Amino acid sequence: MTVLSTKTFIRTKPAQPQRRRRRLGPGPAIPFGLQLGPALLLILWAAGSGLGLIDPRILSAPWTVIATFGQLIADGRLQDHLGTSTLRAASGLAIGLVIGTVLAIVSGLSRFGEAIIDGPVQIKRAVPTLALIPLLMLWFGIGEQMKIITITLAVIVPIYIHTHNALRSIDARYVELAETLDLTRWAFLREVVLPGALPGFMLGLRFAVTLAWVSLVVVEQVNATSGLGYMIGLARTYGQTEVIIVGVVVYAVLGLMSDAAVRLVERRALSWRRTLSH
Amino acid sequence: MASNAVPLKAVCTRDLYRGFAGRSVLSGIDINIAPGEFVALLGRSGSGKSTLLKALASLDHGVAGSGALHVPDNLSVVFQDARLLPWRNVLQNVTLGLTGADAAGRVILAEVGLQGRESAWPVELSGGEQQRVALARSLVREPELLLADEPFGALDALTRIRMHALLRELCVRRRPSVLLVTHDVDEAITLADRVLVLEDGRLIEDLTIDLGPERDHGTPRFGEIRRHLLARLGVGFH
Ligand SMILES: Nc1ncnc2c1ncn2[C@@H]1O[C@H](COP(=O)(O)OP(=O)(O)O)[C@@H](O)[C@H]1O
Ligand SMILES: [Mg+2]
Repeated sequence: MTVLSTKTFIRTKPAQPQRRRRRLGPGPAIPFGLQLGPALLLILWAAGSGLGLIDPRILSAPWTVIATFGQLIADGRLQDHLGTSTLRAASGLAIGLVIGTVLAIVSGLSRFGEAIIDGPVQIKRAVPTLALIPLLMLWFGIGEQMKIITITLAVIVPIYIHTHNALRSIDARYVELAETLDLTRWAFLREVVLPGALPGFMLGLRFAVTLAWVSLVVVEQVNATSGLGYMIGLARTYGQTEVIIVGVVVYAVLGLMSDAAVRLVERRALSWRRTLSH
Repeated sequence: MASNAVPLKAVCTRDLYRGFAGRSVLSGIDINIAPGEFVALLGRSGSGKSTLLKALASLDHGVAGSGALHVPDNLSVVFQDARLLPWRNVLQNVTLGLTGADAAGRVILAEVGLQGRESAWPVELSGGEQQRVALARSLVREPELLLADEPFGALDALTRIRMHALLRELCVRRRPSVLLVTHDVDEAITLADRVLVLEDGRLIEDLTIDLGPERDHGTPRFGEIRRHLLARLGVGFH
Protein backbone atom coordinates (compact mmCIF):
# COMPACT_ATOMS: atom_id res chain seq x y z
CA MET A 1 0.00 0.00 0.00
CA THR A 2 2.61 2.47 1.11
CA VAL A 3 4.97 1.62 -1.75
CA LEU A 4 2.18 1.87 -4.29
CA SER A 5 0.93 5.23 -3.12
CA THR A 6 4.46 6.58 -3.01
CA LYS A 7 5.01 5.47 -6.59
CA THR A 8 1.77 7.04 -7.68
CA PHE A 9 2.77 10.21 -5.95
CA ILE A 10 6.09 10.36 -7.70
CA ARG A 11 4.57 9.68 -11.08
CA THR A 12 1.73 12.20 -10.93
CA LYS A 13 3.61 14.93 -9.11
CA PRO A 14 6.87 15.96 -10.73
CA ALA A 15 9.43 17.67 -8.52
CA GLN A 16 7.90 21.09 -8.81
CA PRO A 17 7.29 23.52 -6.03
CA GLN A 18 3.64 23.52 -7.03
CA ARG A 19 1.89 22.42 -3.89
CA ARG A 20 -1.71 22.18 -3.01
CA ARG A 21 -3.15 23.97 -0.05
CA ARG A 22 -4.35 21.68 2.66
CA ARG A 23 -8.13 21.92 2.89
CA LEU A 24 -9.14 22.82 6.42
CA GLY A 25 -12.91 22.96 5.98
CA PRO A 26 -14.97 19.77 6.19
CA GLY A 27 -15.20 19.50 2.39
CA PRO A 28 -18.23 19.26 0.10
CA ALA A 29 -21.49 17.97 1.52
CA ILE A 30 -22.40 14.31 0.98
CA PRO A 31 -25.66 13.99 -1.02
CA PHE A 32 -28.52 13.18 1.36
CA GLY A 33 -25.93 13.22 4.14
CA LEU A 34 -28.40 14.44 6.73
CA GLN A 35 -30.80 11.60 6.00
CA LEU A 36 -28.09 8.96 6.29
CA GLY A 37 -28.00 8.66 10.09
CA PRO A 38 -31.79 8.42 10.60
CA ALA A 39 -32.04 5.93 7.70
CA LEU A 40 -29.41 3.73 9.32
CA LEU A 41 -31.29 3.80 12.63
CA LEU A 42 -34.50 2.89 10.82
CA ILE A 43 -32.83 -0.10 9.12
CA LEU A 44 -31.42 -1.33 12.44
CA TRP A 45 -34.84 -0.96 14.04
CA ALA A 46 -36.61 -2.83 11.23
CA ALA A 47 -33.97 -5.57 11.17
CA GLY A 48 -34.08 -5.95 14.96
CA SER A 49 -37.87 -6.22 14.97
CA GLY A 50 -38.00 -8.53 11.93
CA LEU A 51 -35.43 -10.92 13.37
CA GLY A 52 -37.26 -10.94 16.72
CA LEU A 53 -34.29 -9.35 18.52
CA ILE A 54 -36.44 -6.47 19.83
CA ASP A 55 -39.25 -7.28 22.27
CA PRO A 56 -42.42 -5.51 20.91
CA ARG A 57 -43.41 -4.65 24.51
CA ILE A 58 -40.27 -2.52 24.69
CA LEU A 59 -40.24 -1.17 21.16
CA SER A 60 -42.92 -1.93 18.58
CA ALA A 61 -41.91 -2.82 15.03
CA PRO A 62 -41.87 -0.01 12.46
CA TRP A 63 -44.76 -1.54 10.54
CA THR A 64 -46.87 -1.73 13.72
CA VAL A 65 -46.17 1.94 14.30
CA ILE A 66 -47.15 2.78 10.72
CA ALA A 67 -50.38 0.79 11.04
CA THR A 68 -51.18 2.52 14.32
CA PHE A 69 -50.46 5.86 12.68
CA GLY A 70 -52.96 5.07 9.93
CA GLN A 71 -55.54 3.95 12.44
CA LEU A 72 -55.12 7.05 14.63
CA ILE A 73 -55.64 9.23 11.56
CA ALA A 74 -58.57 7.17 10.33
CA ASP A 75 -60.53 7.60 13.57
CA GLY A 76 -59.49 11.28 13.78
CA ARG A 77 -57.83 11.05 17.18
CA LEU A 78 -54.38 12.10 15.99
CA GLN A 79 -55.70 15.18 14.19
CA ASP A 80 -57.70 16.22 17.26
CA HIS A 81 -54.74 15.90 19.61
CA LEU A 82 -52.38 17.49 17.13
CA GLY A 83 -54.76 20.41 16.59
CA THR A 84 -55.11 21.03 20.33
CA SER A 85 -51.35 20.87 20.87
CA THR A 86 -50.52 23.08 17.91
CA LEU A 87 -53.04 25.67 19.04
CA ARG A 88 -51.49 25.73 22.52
CA ALA A 89 -47.94 26.03 21.23
CA ALA A 90 -48.86 28.65 18.61
CA SER A 91 -50.85 30.78 21.10
CA GLY A 92 -48.08 30.68 23.68
CA LEU A 93 -45.49 31.45 21.02
CA ALA A 94 -47.44 34.34 19.55
CA ILE A 95 -48.16 35.97 22.90
CA GLY A 96 -44.63 35.40 24.16
CA LEU A 97 -43.20 36.80 20.94
CA VAL A 98 -45.12 40.05 21.28
CA ILE A 99 -44.38 40.45 24.99
CA GLY A 100 -40.71 39.50 24.63
CA THR A 101 -40.19 41.89 21.72
CA VAL A 102 -41.94 44.79 23.43
CA LEU A 103 -39.96 44.23 26.65
CA ALA A 104 -36.71 44.04 24.68
CA ILE A 105 -37.44 47.25 22.80
CA VAL A 106 -38.44 49.19 25.92
CA SER A 107 -35.43 47.90 27.81
CA GLY A 108 -33.07 48.23 24.87
CA LEU A 109 -33.96 51.81 24.03
CA SER A 110 -34.25 53.37 27.47
CA ARG A 111 -32.03 53.08 30.51
CA PHE A 112 -35.08 53.45 32.74
CA GLY A 113 -36.85 50.59 30.99
CA GLU A 114 -33.77 48.44 31.34
CA ALA A 115 -33.55 49.15 35.06
CA ILE A 116 -37.13 47.95 35.53
CA ILE A 117 -37.33 45.07 33.06
CA ASP A 118 -33.94 43.46 32.77
CA GLY A 119 -33.72 42.14 36.35
CA PRO A 120 -37.01 40.22 36.38
CA VAL A 121 -36.33 38.66 32.97
CA GLN A 122 -32.88 37.53 34.11
CA ILE A 123 -34.47 35.97 37.21
CA LYS A 124 -37.09 34.23 35.07
CA ARG A 125 -34.26 33.00 32.88
CA ALA A 126 -32.61 31.33 35.87
CA VAL A 127 -35.81 29.50 36.91
CA PRO A 128 -36.70 26.39 34.86
CA THR A 129 -40.22 26.50 33.46
CA LEU A 130 -40.95 23.14 35.04
CA ALA A 131 -40.35 24.61 38.50
CA LEU A 132 -43.03 27.25 37.92
CA ILE A 133 -45.77 24.83 36.89
CA PRO A 134 -47.05 24.06 40.42
CA LEU A 135 -47.36 27.77 41.12
CA LEU A 136 -49.04 28.45 37.78
CA MET A 137 -51.50 25.61 38.47
CA LEU A 138 -52.38 27.17 41.80
CA TRP A 139 -52.94 30.56 40.21
CA PHE A 140 -54.52 29.66 36.90
CA GLY A 141 -55.98 26.19 37.47
CA ILE A 142 -55.30 23.28 35.16
CA GLY A 143 -57.05 24.54 32.04
CA GLU A 144 -55.81 25.96 28.77
CA GLN A 145 -54.90 29.27 30.37
CA MET A 146 -52.23 27.71 32.57
CA LYS A 147 -50.73 25.81 29.66
CA ILE A 148 -50.54 28.81 27.36
CA ILE A 149 -49.10 31.00 30.12
CA THR A 150 -46.40 28.42 30.81
CA ILE A 151 -45.39 28.35 27.15
CA THR A 152 -45.56 32.15 26.94
CA LEU A 153 -43.25 32.56 29.92
CA ALA A 154 -40.75 30.14 28.41
CA VAL A 155 -40.79 31.90 25.02
CA ILE A 156 -40.34 35.42 26.38
CA VAL A 157 -36.84 34.71 27.65
CA PRO A 158 -34.89 33.92 24.44
CA ILE A 159 -36.77 36.54 22.44
CA TYR A 160 -36.00 39.17 25.05
CA ILE A 161 -32.36 38.20 25.60
CA HIS A 162 -31.36 38.10 21.95
CA THR A 163 -33.36 41.11 20.78
CA HIS A 164 -32.20 43.22 23.73
CA ASN A 165 -28.59 42.22 23.14
CA ALA A 166 -28.86 43.06 19.44
CA LEU A 167 -30.44 46.44 20.17
CA ARG A 168 -27.66 47.28 22.59
CA SER A 169 -24.86 46.28 20.27
CA ILE A 170 -25.80 48.50 17.32
CA ASP A 171 -22.54 49.74 15.82
CA ALA A 172 -21.62 53.20 17.16
CA ARG A 173 -20.48 54.15 13.65
CA TYR A 174 -24.08 53.90 12.45
CA VAL A 175 -25.18 56.14 15.30
CA GLU A 176 -22.61 58.70 14.16
CA LEU A 177 -23.84 58.35 10.57
CA ALA A 178 -27.44 58.89 11.65
CA GLU A 179 -26.39 62.06 13.47
CA THR A 180 -24.62 63.48 10.43
CA LEU A 181 -27.67 62.73 8.30
CA ASP A 182 -29.90 64.49 10.83
CA LEU A 183 -32.20 61.48 11.13
CA THR A 184 -35.18 61.95 13.38
CA ARG A 185 -35.44 59.64 16.37
CA TRP A 186 -38.15 57.65 14.62
CA ALA A 187 -36.21 57.39 11.34
CA PHE A 188 -33.16 56.29 13.33
CA LEU A 189 -35.22 53.51 14.93
CA ARG A 190 -36.81 52.45 11.67
CA GLU A 191 -33.74 52.60 9.46
CA VAL A 192 -30.91 51.69 11.79
CA VAL A 193 -31.88 50.22 15.14
CA LEU A 194 -34.70 47.82 14.31
CA PRO A 195 -33.23 46.35 11.08
CA GLY A 196 -29.88 46.10 12.84
CA ALA A 197 -31.48 44.11 15.66
CA LEU A 198 -33.37 41.79 13.31
CA PRO A 199 -30.65 39.10 13.15
CA GLY A 200 -30.67 38.93 16.95
CA PHE A 201 -34.45 38.72 17.02
CA MET A 202 -34.36 35.90 14.46
CA LEU A 203 -31.87 33.96 16.55
CA GLY A 204 -34.15 34.42 19.56
CA LEU A 205 -37.10 33.29 17.47
CA ARG A 206 -35.40 30.01 16.60
CA PHE A 207 -34.75 29.27 20.25
CA ALA A 208 -38.28 30.37 21.10
CA VAL A 209 -39.92 28.00 18.63
CA THR A 210 -37.98 25.04 19.97
CA LEU A 211 -38.78 26.08 23.54
CA ALA A 212 -42.48 26.39 22.73
CA TRP A 213 -42.61 22.71 21.70
CA VAL A 214 -40.51 21.57 24.65
CA SER A 215 -42.72 23.47 27.10
CA LEU A 216 -45.78 22.04 25.40
CA VAL A 217 -44.54 18.50 26.02
CA VAL A 218 -43.79 19.28 29.65
CA VAL A 219 -47.09 20.98 30.33
CA GLU A 220 -49.14 18.30 28.57
CA GLN A 221 -47.43 15.49 30.45
CA VAL A 222 -48.09 17.19 33.78
CA ASN A 223 -51.76 17.67 33.34
CA ALA A 224 -53.99 17.45 30.30
CA THR A 225 -57.11 15.74 28.95
CA SER A 226 -56.27 16.31 25.31
CA GLY A 227 -53.25 16.94 23.13
CA LEU A 228 -50.28 14.88 22.01
CA GLY A 229 -48.83 14.72 25.53
CA TYR A 230 -52.11 13.36 26.85
CA MET A 231 -52.23 10.77 24.06
CA ILE A 232 -48.71 9.63 24.93
CA GLY A 233 -49.44 9.56 28.66
CA LEU A 234 -52.55 7.46 28.11
CA ALA A 235 -50.65 5.04 25.88
CA ARG A 236 -48.06 4.61 28.59
CA THR A 237 -50.65 3.48 31.10
CA TYR A 238 -51.90 0.88 28.59
CA GLY A 239 -48.38 -0.10 27.51
CA GLN A 240 -48.97 0.84 23.84
CA THR A 241 -45.42 1.60 22.72
CA GLU A 242 -46.58 2.03 19.12
CA VAL A 243 -48.79 4.99 20.08
CA ILE A 244 -46.00 6.49 22.16
CA ILE A 245 -43.68 6.26 19.17
CA VAL A 246 -46.27 7.84 16.87
CA GLY A 247 -46.48 10.73 19.36
CA VAL A 248 -42.72 11.10 19.58
CA VAL A 249 -42.34 11.04 15.80
CA VAL A 250 -45.04 13.69 15.43
CA TYR A 251 -43.24 15.88 17.99
CA ALA A 252 -40.00 15.45 16.05
CA VAL A 253 -41.63 16.32 12.72
CA LEU A 254 -43.32 19.39 14.25
CA GLY A 255 -40.02 20.55 15.72
CA LEU A 256 -38.13 20.09 12.46
CA MET A 257 -40.85 21.70 10.36
CA SER A 258 -41.17 24.76 12.53
CA ASP A 259 -37.41 25.21 12.62
CA ALA A 260 -37.31 24.99 8.83
CA ALA A 261 -40.12 27.55 8.65
CA VAL A 262 -38.23 29.97 10.87
CA ARG A 263 -35.08 29.50 8.82
CA LEU A 264 -37.06 30.29 5.69
CA VAL A 265 -38.44 33.48 7.25
CA GLU A 266 -34.92 34.34 8.38
CA ARG A 267 -33.48 33.90 4.89
CA ARG A 268 -36.17 36.14 3.48
CA ALA A 269 -35.87 38.81 6.13
CA LEU A 270 -32.08 38.84 6.13
CA SER A 271 -31.53 38.44 2.41
CA TRP A 272 -29.08 41.35 2.49
CA ARG A 273 -26.69 39.19 4.50
CA ARG A 274 -26.33 36.04 2.52
CA THR A 275 -25.99 37.35 -1.02
CA LEU A 276 -22.25 36.83 -1.21
CA SER A 277 -21.97 33.97 1.24
CA HIS A 278 -22.98 31.47 -1.41
CA MET B 1 -31.50 80.63 1.44
CA ALA B 2 -33.77 83.42 0.27
CA SER B 3 -31.37 86.01 1.60
CA ASN B 4 -29.40 87.78 -1.09
CA ALA B 5 -26.46 88.45 1.23
CA VAL B 6 -23.79 86.13 -0.11
CA PRO B 7 -21.86 84.67 2.83
CA LEU B 8 -18.16 85.27 2.47
CA LYS B 9 -17.20 82.25 4.46
CA ALA B 10 -18.72 78.80 4.55
CA VAL B 11 -16.52 77.78 7.46
CA CYS B 12 -15.01 80.04 10.05
CA THR B 13 -13.32 79.01 13.27
CA ARG B 14 -11.57 81.25 15.77
CA ASP B 15 -9.18 80.00 18.41
CA LEU B 16 -10.72 76.56 18.38
CA TYR B 17 -9.59 74.30 21.20
CA ARG B 18 -10.32 70.62 21.80
CA GLY B 19 -8.83 68.36 24.43
CA PHE B 20 -9.15 64.84 25.76
CA ALA B 21 -8.73 64.28 29.48
CA GLY B 22 -6.92 67.56 29.99
CA ARG B 23 -4.53 66.88 27.10
CA SER B 24 -4.81 69.48 24.37
CA VAL B 25 -5.37 67.94 20.93
CA LEU B 26 -6.29 71.08 18.96
CA SER B 27 -5.42 74.61 19.93
CA GLY B 28 -5.63 78.03 18.39
CA ILE B 29 -7.21 76.75 15.19
CA ASP B 30 -8.33 79.56 12.86
CA ILE B 31 -9.78 78.28 9.61
CA ASN B 32 -11.68 80.11 6.88
CA ILE B 33 -13.15 78.30 3.93
CA ALA B 34 -14.89 80.23 1.19
CA PRO B 35 -18.06 78.96 -0.50
CA GLY B 36 -17.11 76.47 -3.19
CA GLU B 37 -13.51 76.31 -2.03
CA PHE B 38 -11.74 72.94 -1.86
CA VAL B 39 -9.39 72.71 1.10
CA ALA B 40 -7.24 69.72 1.97
CA LEU B 41 -6.04 69.10 5.50
CA LEU B 42 -2.77 67.23 5.79
CA GLY B 43 -1.15 65.94 8.92
CA ARG B 44 0.57 62.99 10.38
CA SER B 45 -1.37 60.28 12.15
CA GLY B 46 -2.47 61.56 15.55
CA SER B 47 -2.04 65.21 14.64
CA GLY B 48 -5.72 65.92 15.32
CA LYS B 49 -7.24 65.85 11.82
CA SER B 50 -10.22 63.67 12.73
CA THR B 51 -10.76 65.61 15.93
CA LEU B 52 -10.97 68.83 13.90
CA LEU B 53 -13.35 67.31 11.38
CA LYS B 54 -15.60 65.96 14.12
CA ALA B 55 -15.62 69.37 15.76
CA LEU B 56 -16.76 70.94 12.49
CA ALA B 57 -19.44 68.26 12.07
CA SER B 58 -20.59 68.68 15.71
CA LEU B 59 -19.95 65.00 16.28
CA ASP B 60 -17.72 65.51 19.30
CA HIS B 61 -20.22 65.11 22.11
CA GLY B 62 -18.65 65.37 25.51
CA VAL B 63 -15.26 66.53 24.25
CA ALA B 64 -13.85 69.49 26.15
CA GLY B 65 -13.57 72.49 23.89
CA SER B 66 -13.76 76.23 23.40
CA GLY B 67 -13.55 78.78 20.61
CA ALA B 68 -15.90 80.12 17.96
CA LEU B 69 -17.20 77.86 15.24
CA HIS B 70 -19.33 78.77 12.29
CA VAL B 71 -20.39 76.11 9.80
CA PRO B 72 -23.41 75.84 7.50
CA ASP B 73 -26.36 73.80 8.78
CA ASN B 74 -26.40 71.83 5.60
CA LEU B 75 -23.20 69.84 5.79
CA SER B 76 -22.39 66.25 4.88
CA VAL B 77 -19.71 63.88 6.09
CA VAL B 78 -17.92 61.14 4.18
CA PHE B 79 -16.09 58.71 6.43
CA GLN B 80 -13.09 56.53 5.68
CA ASP B 81 -15.36 53.48 5.69
CA ALA B 82 -18.34 53.86 3.37
CA ARG B 83 -20.64 53.23 6.34
CA LEU B 84 -23.54 51.97 4.28
CA LEU B 85 -26.38 50.26 6.10
CA PRO B 86 -26.03 46.62 4.99
CA TRP B 87 -29.78 46.03 5.27
CA ARG B 88 -30.71 48.85 2.88
CA ASN B 89 -30.06 48.71 -0.85
CA VAL B 90 -27.92 51.24 -2.68
CA LEU B 91 -30.70 53.70 -3.49
CA GLN B 92 -32.18 53.47 0.02
CA ASN B 93 -28.76 54.18 1.45
CA VAL B 94 -28.37 57.25 -0.73
CA THR B 95 -31.77 58.67 0.21
CA LEU B 96 -31.57 57.63 3.86
CA GLY B 97 -33.68 59.95 5.97
CA LEU B 98 -35.02 61.87 2.97
CA THR B 99 -38.52 61.63 1.59
CA GLY B 100 -39.38 61.88 -2.07
CA ALA B 101 -35.71 61.93 -3.03
CA ASP B 102 -35.68 58.81 -5.18
CA ALA B 103 -35.39 60.68 -8.46
CA ALA B 104 -32.54 62.83 -7.15
CA GLY B 105 -30.94 59.68 -5.75
CA ARG B 106 -31.02 57.99 -9.16
CA VAL B 107 -29.51 61.04 -10.81
CA ILE B 108 -26.63 61.25 -8.39
CA LEU B 109 -26.04 57.50 -8.59
CA ALA B 110 -25.72 57.87 -12.34
CA GLU B 111 -23.29 60.72 -11.79
CA VAL B 112 -21.04 58.52 -9.65
CA GLY B 113 -21.25 55.79 -12.28
CA LEU B 114 -23.57 53.40 -10.48
CA GLN B 115 -26.55 53.53 -12.79
CA GLY B 116 -28.36 50.19 -12.71
CA ARG B 117 -27.01 49.24 -9.29
CA GLU B 118 -29.80 51.00 -7.36
CA SER B 119 -31.25 47.83 -5.91
CA ALA B 120 -27.96 46.06 -5.16
CA TRP B 121 -27.06 45.30 -1.54
CA PRO B 122 -23.93 47.01 -0.18
CA VAL B 123 -22.16 43.63 0.27
CA GLU B 124 -22.40 43.12 -3.48
CA LEU B 125 -20.28 46.20 -4.20
CA SER B 126 -16.50 46.60 -4.29
CA GLY B 127 -14.81 48.97 -1.85
CA GLY B 128 -14.59 51.72 -4.46
CA GLU B 129 -18.24 51.33 -5.43
CA GLN B 130 -19.29 51.47 -1.78
CA GLN B 131 -17.36 54.69 -1.33
CA ARG B 132 -19.05 56.11 -4.42
CA VAL B 133 -22.43 55.32 -2.85
CA ALA B 134 -21.28 57.12 0.29
CA LEU B 135 -20.28 60.10 -1.84
CA ALA B 136 -23.68 60.04 -3.54
CA ARG B 137 -25.39 59.87 -0.14
CA SER B 138 -23.54 63.02 0.90
CA LEU B 139 -24.05 64.94 -2.31
CA VAL B 140 -27.74 64.18 -2.80
CA ARG B 141 -28.35 66.45 0.20
CA GLU B 142 -26.75 69.30 -1.80
CA PRO B 143 -24.51 70.25 1.10
CA GLU B 144 -22.91 73.65 1.37
CA LEU B 145 -20.01 71.95 3.11
CA LEU B 146 -18.62 68.49 2.46
CA LEU B 147 -16.38 67.09 5.18
CA ALA B 148 -14.41 64.00 4.22
CA ASP B 149 -12.11 62.10 6.58
CA GLU B 150 -9.59 60.12 4.52
CA PRO B 151 -12.40 58.92 2.25
CA PHE B 152 -10.05 57.10 -0.10
CA GLY B 153 -7.65 55.81 2.51
CA ALA B 154 -8.92 52.25 2.29
CA LEU B 155 -8.94 52.05 -1.51
CA ASP B 156 -6.26 50.67 -3.82
CA ALA B 157 -4.11 53.13 -5.76
CA LEU B 158 -5.89 52.74 -9.12
CA THR B 159 -9.35 53.09 -7.64
CA ARG B 160 -8.15 56.10 -5.70
CA ILE B 161 -7.03 57.88 -8.87
CA ARG B 162 -10.45 57.29 -10.43
CA MET B 163 -12.14 58.56 -7.29
CA HIS B 164 -10.03 61.73 -7.41
CA ALA B 165 -11.24 62.48 -10.91
CA LEU B 166 -14.81 61.75 -9.89
CA LEU B 167 -14.68 63.94 -6.80
CA ARG B 168 -13.19 66.85 -8.75
CA GLU B 169 -15.88 66.54 -11.39
CA LEU B 170 -18.68 66.39 -8.82
CA CYS B 171 -17.31 69.37 -6.93
CA VAL B 172 -16.95 71.45 -10.07
CA ARG B 173 -20.57 70.69 -10.90
CA ARG B 174 -22.14 71.08 -7.45
CA ARG B 175 -19.76 73.57 -5.88
CA PRO B 176 -19.86 72.66 -2.20
CA SER B 177 -17.10 73.86 0.06
CA VAL B 178 -14.92 70.89 0.83
CA LEU B 179 -12.62 70.01 3.68
CA LEU B 180 -10.78 66.85 2.74
CA VAL B 181 -8.70 65.22 5.45
CA THR B 182 -5.89 63.13 4.04
CA HIS B 183 -2.39 61.95 4.75
CA ASP B 184 -1.63 61.63 1.03
CA VAL B 185 0.29 64.69 -0.18
CA ASP B 186 -0.32 63.98 -3.88
CA GLU B 187 -4.03 63.60 -3.23
CA ALA B 188 -4.07 66.99 -1.51
CA ILE B 189 -2.19 68.74 -4.33
CA THR B 190 -4.26 67.04 -7.04
CA LEU B 191 -7.60 68.02 -5.58
CA ALA B 192 -7.34 71.13 -3.46
CA ASP B 193 -7.35 74.86 -4.04
CA ARG B 194 -5.58 75.25 -0.72
CA VAL B 195 -3.71 72.89 1.60
CA LEU B 196 -3.52 73.19 5.39
CA VAL B 197 -1.01 71.25 7.45
CA LEU B 198 -1.77 70.28 11.01
CA GLU B 199 0.96 69.37 13.43
CA ASP B 200 0.35 68.47 17.06
CA GLY B 201 -2.98 70.25 17.03
CA ARG B 202 -1.75 73.49 15.44
CA LEU B 203 -2.02 74.70 11.88
CA ILE B 204 1.52 75.22 10.64
CA GLU B 205 0.90 75.78 6.94
CA ASP B 206 -1.71 77.39 4.72
CA LEU B 207 -0.68 77.00 1.11
CA THR B 208 -2.67 78.06 -1.93
CA ILE B 209 -2.05 75.63 -4.78
CA ASP B 210 -1.17 77.78 -7.76
CA LEU B 211 -1.63 75.07 -10.33
CA GLY B 212 -4.28 75.23 -13.02
CA PRO B 213 -7.26 72.89 -13.20
CA GLU B 214 -5.06 70.29 -14.90
CA ARG B 215 -2.86 68.81 -12.21
CA ASP B 216 -0.08 66.85 -13.85
CA HIS B 217 2.04 65.02 -11.28
CA GLY B 218 5.04 65.28 -13.59
CA THR B 219 5.38 69.08 -13.77
CA PRO B 220 8.24 70.74 -11.89
CA ARG B 221 5.85 72.98 -9.95
CA PHE B 222 3.90 69.95 -8.70
CA GLY B 223 7.16 68.40 -7.50
CA GLU B 224 8.15 71.64 -5.81
CA ILE B 225 4.88 71.87 -3.90
CA ARG B 226 5.11 68.21 -2.98
CA ARG B 227 8.64 68.64 -1.61
CA HIS B 228 7.60 71.69 0.34
CA LEU B 229 4.61 69.96 1.92
CA LEU B 230 6.56 66.81 2.67
CA ALA B 231 9.15 68.95 4.43
CA ARG B 232 6.38 70.57 6.48
CA LEU B 233 5.22 67.07 7.41
CA GLY B 234 8.74 66.28 8.56
CA VAL B 235 9.51 63.78 5.83
CA GLY B 236 12.47 65.74 4.39
CA PHE B 237 13.76 66.18 0.86
CA HIS B 238 14.53 63.49 -1.62
N1 LIG C 1 -11.98 59.73 21.95
C1 LIG C 1 -10.70 60.03 22.27
N2 LIG C 1 -10.28 59.94 23.54
C2 LIG C 1 -9.02 60.25 23.87
N3 LIG C 1 -8.09 60.67 23.02
C3 LIG C 1 -8.45 60.78 21.72
C4 LIG C 1 -9.77 60.46 21.27
N4 LIG C 1 -9.83 60.67 19.94
C5 LIG C 1 -8.61 61.09 19.58
N5 LIG C 1 -7.78 61.17 20.63
C6 LIG C 1 -6.38 61.61 20.60
O1 LIG C 1 -6.30 62.83 19.92
C7 LIG C 1 -5.17 62.86 19.08
C8 LIG C 1 -5.60 63.20 17.67
O2 LIG C 1 -6.39 62.15 17.16
P1 LIG C 1 -7.06 62.21 15.73
O3 LIG C 1 -7.78 63.50 15.60
O4 LIG C 1 -7.83 60.99 15.55
O5 LIG C 1 -5.77 62.20 14.79
P2 LIG C 1 -5.67 61.99 13.22
O6 LIG C 1 -7.05 61.89 12.67
O7 LIG C 1 -4.93 63.17 12.73
O8 LIG C 1 -4.88 60.75 13.03
C9 LIG C 1 -4.49 61.52 19.20
O9 LIG C 1 -3.39 61.65 20.05
C10 LIG C 1 -5.53 60.65 19.80
O10 LIG C 1 -4.91 59.71 20.63
MG1 LIG D 1 -8.02 60.26 11.63
